[in-house]
Amino acid sequence: MSQSLDWNAALPAGTRARSRADAEPRWLRALLIAGCIVFLGLFLVLPLVAVFVNAFGAGLAGYAAALVDPMARSAIGLTLLVAAISVPLNTLFGVAAAWTIARFDFPGRNLLVSLIDLPFAVSPVVAGLVFVLLFGMQGVLGPWLTLHDIRIIFALPGIVLATTFVTFPFVARELIPLMQEQGSEEELAAVSLGASAWQMFRRITLPKIRLGLLYGIVLVNARAMGEFGAVSVVSGHVRGRTNTMPLHVEILYNEYQTAAAFAVASLLAFLAIGTLVAKSLLEWRLAKQSRADAGAQEG
Amino acid sequence: MRAMPGSRRRSALPGFGPALGFTLFYLSLIVLIPLAALGMKTASFGWDSLWATVTSPRVLASYRVSFGTAFAAACANAGFGLLVAWVLVRYRFPGRALADALVDLPFALPTAVAGITLTTLLAKNGWLGRYLEPLGIQVAFTPLGITVALIFIGLPFVVRSVQPVLEDLEPELEEAAASLGASRWQTFRRVLFPALAPAVLTGFALAFARGVGEYGSVVFISGNMPMKTEIAPLLIVTKLEQYDYAGATAIAVAMLVVSLLMLVAINGLQSWSRAHERAV
Repeated sequence: MSQSLDWNAALPAGTRARSRADAEPRWLRALLIAGCIVFLGLFLVLPLVAVFVNAFGAGLAGYAAALVDPMARSAIGLTLLVAAISVPLNTLFGVAAAWTIARFDFPGRNLLVSLIDLPFAVSPVVAGLVFVLLFGMQGVLGPWLTLHDIRIIFALPGIVLATTFVTFPFVARELIPLMQEQGSEEELAAVSLGASAWQMFRRITLPKIRLGLLYGIVLVNARAMGEFGAVSVVSGHVRGRTNTMPLHVEILYNEYQTAAAFAVASLLAFLAIGTLVAKSLLEWRLAKQSRADAGAQEG
Repeated sequence: MRAMPGSRRRSALPGFGPALGFTLFYLSLIVLIPLAALGMKTASFGWDSLWATVTSPRVLASYRVSFGTAFAAACANAGFGLLVAWVLVRYRFPGRALADALVDLPFALPTAVAGITLTTLLAKNGWLGRYLEPLGIQVAFTPLGITVALIFIGLPFVVRSVQPVLEDLEPELEEAAASLGASRWQTFRRVLFPALAPAVLTGFALAFARGVGEYGSVVFISGNMPMKTEIAPLLIVTKLEQYDYAGATAIAVAMLVVSLLMLVAINGLQSWSRAHERAV
C-alpha cells in the first residue's frame, strides 16, 4: 500500500510508530475516521452552510435590505454597545481575580473559585430572572427605582447586567491556570529591584498573560454578542430600542421573514467563524509560548 | 484547584488588598446580590405556594422534558464525543486541524442561530427533514428535536474533556497489554476505557448541566407544546410574561438547586479523575 494511506505517517516527532499489535486494523481506522467526519459534517458543517444558503434565500438584494433595515441596524448597534461595556468589565475583573487567586494564598480561596464558576451552573433564563426579581416593578428594589424614575429592566442597564452575569467567569477561568503555571519569579524579581506595582504589572505580568487574556476576551465577546436567553428575559423586546441581534433574529423568524432572519444570523455566524479562527491562532501561539518557557527553564 | 508548589502566600508581591477587594465587590454586585434576590423573593412567596407550583402537572412535565432530553443528549454526546476525541488524537487525516477547530463551533455560534438553523434543516421540507419524513421520523417539534439541539450544544464538552487525557496516555500501557496477548478490543475495554472513563463522565455531566438550562437553541425546534415539548426554562419565561413572578421563581429555584448539586458532583468527579490520573 502507498504511504498516503498510512494514517500514522504524519504523527509528530517523538511519538513512536505503533506496532501492528497495539493499533487498530486499517479498516477500523477508516471506519472510525469516516464516522467522525460524517457526524461532524451533519452536526456542525451542514448547519453552518445552511445559515449562509438561507441568508441569500431572497437574493443578494434581499440580504443587503435585511441588514440595512433600521431595526436591524439598531439591533447591531445595541449588541456592539452591550459587548463594549460588559467585555471590558469582565476582563478587568478576570485579571484582578486571577491575580488574587494565582498569586496569593488566603482562607476561602477555593470557595472564591467555586463562586466565580457559579454563573456557568445557572440557566440563562434564571440569570435574566434574578435581575427582574431585583430591579423589576415587583422586584426587591422596584418601588424605589420607580420612585426615582430609573429604568433597569426592559432597558440598556438590564441587558448589560444580564450579559455580564452570563459571561462572568470566562476571562478569570482562562487566566487562573495560566498564571499558576507561569509562577511569579519574574514579578518577585521586578519588585525586589524596586519596580512599582504598576510597572511590574505593565512590564512583566501583562506581556506574560497577553495571549491568555486575548483568548479569554475572544470567548467573552462571542458569548456576550450571542447571548439569547438571559437578554430575552430582561429586554422586553422593544423594537429599535432594546432588541439585540439574537432577539432580532428571533422576531424575524417568528414573523416568517426567514431570509431576513438568516441574513442577520449570518452576521452572528461570521462572528462565530472569526472567533474560531482567533481561538485556533491563539491556541497555537500559546502552545509555542509554553514550549519556549519550558525550554528557557530547562536551559 | 490544582495544588501548585508556588501557591504559598507571597506577601512580597503587591496588590493583594485592592485585587481581592475589587474581585469580591464585583462578584457580589454581578452574581451574589442578584442570586440573593432570588432567595429573598422565594422566602417572601412562602413555601406552600412554591411547592404547589413545582409539583403541578405542567411543571413536572416540563422537568421531565428538560431532564429527559438533556440526559439522552448527554448520553449520545458521551459516545460521539469519545469517537471524535479518539479520531482527532490518534489518527492523522486531511482536514484534521479544521475538524479540531470546528468542534468549538457550538460554543461560538449564538444559540438562537443554532436554534433556527437546526429547525429549518429538520422541518418537514428541510434539507434533512424531507428524507426523514418518508421514514416516519419526525424530528422538529418533538422531544427528538430537542435532543438533537442539545447534542449540538453539548458536543464540545465531552470532546474537550477527553482529548487532553487521551493525549497524555502512556503508550507503554497499550504495548504491555498487546505484548501480553490482549486483542485490540480487550486492550480498549480493559486498559484504555477505564483510564478515559472519568473524563468521559466529566464531559457527560457538563453537557447534561448545560442541556438542562439551555433555552435559545431549544425554543425554536421544540414546538413548545405544554406537557409534551415544553422545557422548564421556557415555562419560566411564560410565567414571567403572565406576571406570575412567584411561579417563575419557584421553577427557577428548583432548577437552580439541581444545577448546584450537579456542579458539586462535577467538581467531585474532576478531583476524582485527577486522583485517578495520578494513580495511573
